[in-house]
Order: sequence, then C-alpha cells, then structure tokens
Amino acid sequence: MYEFEFEQPSSVADAVAALKAEDALALGGGQTLLATMKQRLAAPSKLVSLSGIGEMKGVSNDGGAVSIGGATTHAAVAAGAGAYPALADMAGHIGDPAVRNRGTIGGSLANNDPSADYPAAALASGATIVTNAREIAADDFFQGMFTTALDEGEIITGVRFPVPEAANYQKFLQPASRFALVGVFVAKTGDGVRVAVTGASEEGVFRWSEAEAALNGTFSAGALEGLSVDADSMIGDMHGSKAYRAHLVGVLTKRAVAAAG
Amino acid sequence: MTQVSMTVNGQAANGDVEGRTLLSSFLRDQLGLTGTHIGCDTSQCGACVVHVNGEAVKSCTMLAVEADGAEVATIEGQAAEDGTLNAIQQAFQDNHGLQCGFCTPGMVMSATALLKDNPKPSEADIRAYLSGNICRCTGYHNIVKSILAASGQDVAGIAAE
Repeated sequence: MYEFEFEQPSSVADAVAALKAEDALALGGGQTLLATMKQRLAAPSKLVSLSGIGEMKGVSNDGGAVSIGGATTHAAVAAGAGAYPALADMAGHIGDPAVRNRGTIGGSLANNDPSADYPAAALASGATIVTNAREIAADDFFQGMFTTALDEGEIITGVRFPVPEAANYQKFLQPASRFALVGVFVAKTGDGVRVAVTGASEEGVFRWSEAEAALNGTFSAGALEGLSVDADSMIGDMHGSKAYRAHLVGVLTKRAVAAAG
Repeated sequence: MTQVSMTVNGQAANGDVEGRTLLSSFLRDQLGLTGTHIGCDTSQCGACVVHVNGEAVKSCTMLAVEADGAEVATIEGQAAEDGTLNAIQQAFQDNHGLQCGFCTPGMVMSATALLKDNPKPSEADIRAYLSGNICRCTGYHNIVKSILAASGQDVAGIAAE
C-alpha cells in the first residue's frame, strides 16, 4: 500500500479535527480498509484511527434500547448485546473470530458493503446512527452500494437499536468471503414488522415492503406464501444468479420469521 | 517514521516503522520472528494470527502502529525456554496435526485463543472457531483432533486420517 500519515486521537473532537486534512480517512478496525489499501484501491493521505477513543467503545442497555459505541468490535457486541439476542447472534457470525476482534460496527455501517450483516440489522431494527454532528435514522442512512448519508469527515460515534418484540437474522453464508450471499433480518416492533435484506440487491441493503405488509397481517412464515422479489434488480455473479438470490430472499425471510416466533 | 514500543512474548520490543508497516511485517522483518507466516496477505487464511492484548488477530491486517503499547504473543513464545512444547503444540505433534506446517502457527494461536474462552469445546465449536484459518493441505481432521486432545478430551475413538 502507499505510505500515509497515521494519527490516533483519543477524543471525538480531535478525530474530527484530524479528518479535516485533505484525503484523510477514518480507520475503524481496518478489516476492509487495510485490504482495500493493499490493493491500492484506496490511497488516503492520512489515516485517523478511531480505536483510541474510549468514549466510542462499549455496549449499554437503556430503557428498551441497546446503544453501541461506533468503535466497538463485533466480538464485544456479540458478548455484550445480550439484551438484543438477534443482534448479538448476528455480530457473533460476522467473518471469523480474528476479524471480529478487530472489525467495528461503525466501520461496517460507514462502508455499507452490499453484502455486510450490520446494515440489515440496523435497517430492520429502525436503528439510529449517531454521528459527531447529528442523528440519522437507518431509513435515511443507507443510500445504495457503498454509499451512506455520512458527510466527508463525519464519524459514526454510536448506534442506538430499539429492542424489538421478536427478531431473527438468517444468513446464507458465502463461505469464502464469509459475507452473506443473502441475509435477511426480520424485526417485529410495536410499530410493525420490518424486513431488511442484504447481499441481494444491486442497490445494497433494502426493506422488503411487500413482506412487511403481509407479516403485519399475520406474523407467520405462511403469510409470505407466493411473495417474491424482482430478480432483475438482484446481484448476479459467479456465486449465485439473480434468480437464485431472489429465491433465497423468500426462503430466508420465511426461516427468519419462523425462528423469531 | 514512528517509534513503536510493545511487549512481544514478554520482552520489550521497539522499532521505527512507517504508517503502512503491517504488524506481521514488523514481527518478521524487524524483530526476526518469522514463525508468524504470511499466507494470503488478504486476511483470509489465518497463517498470521497472533494475539494482541490477549485477543487473536490477523497480523497482516493490522498496522504496527496500532499495536503500540500492546502485549503481543506469537508462536515463538508458546514453548518453554528449553524448547518443551506447550500442551497445544504437543497435542499437534502427538496427533499428526500438521502436514506441511505452514498454517500451523496460526492454527496453534487460534486454538490457544479458543481454549482460553472455551476450555472444553465440541468438535463443532472448534471447526467454527477455525473458520478463518485455512489449511491448504486440507488436514483439518487431525487439527481438530489435536485441539480436542489439548483440551483434555478423549480422542482415542477418533480414527487417524
């Protein structure tokens, strides 16, 4: 990779200041960014590591919501988010154990990989993404493959997940990358059912509104009978065709509903 | 260049590194600890797994500057000073848990991290934990058997394959 300047501030304010440098990038756990830099697909002038910011780490449970610092690792979420079991379980199946010890929730959400697990969890849960400048609803945050509402230099300092009445995440593993070939997160909340799909669409994570409407009628796998997503907008590659991914969306949504109970 | 200081296998280690110097490169090229292997350099294979502050990480996907001030453990620190293998290493030897040996340092370091959190793992636990460690000889059966044996579980009934 190309050489860069490295900075490791200990406060959000210092990190925001450091990111004002031209072509500076924030570094979470580096499990995607460092690999991208090795391939010279990214060449920041400066990396601002967020791993030294204590106030951005940890999981807390307050009044029906789980709040997670943006620099919290997947392993720490898996171990600490017991108040939201579907979320903890999802975090415990990202990548592999060594990746989970470094990768962070903020890094995953900011990157918005179209096959990542966290975007599905955040979107299905109706999470709030908290940055140094504002709060962004998950519905407004994800704006297509690798694209988010974040401004240049804006840092995800935390994420707040309202704990749903019932939830489940079903991931059809792409075993080489350990990302989701397709993943479906279903959350039954007081305001209705939310179904978020990752790994499938060329537009990145999305809500399957047709399934949500059916599940708002009856929360059972049977309510999804006959529903399908449009295969034309699905990702098609060597690992699975568009039609296969569209099929998996239906199958995994049914499984998630059955498992959520 | 940035000066970094860390503890590696209980000994103080210092050096000047560039921002882009990977922890794996620092260990191998500057400290001469070549037991940490670079297999894929893309954080897929796990041959470079070391422990940083007690947690297994892929040292090819962590910057040396990020390990400044950390406690690092590598395969070189696992045996006793007189060369006596630790229980996990001995189990790998006893159960033919390696073929070419290239992946072995990462396998041993991952196994060590697993047994610290889960002292009596099931076979399924072990296979799940090793999902980020690839053995290109495909010798997984005896690696799993070695880790079962190292955790004190009876492996007499498991065929050698």
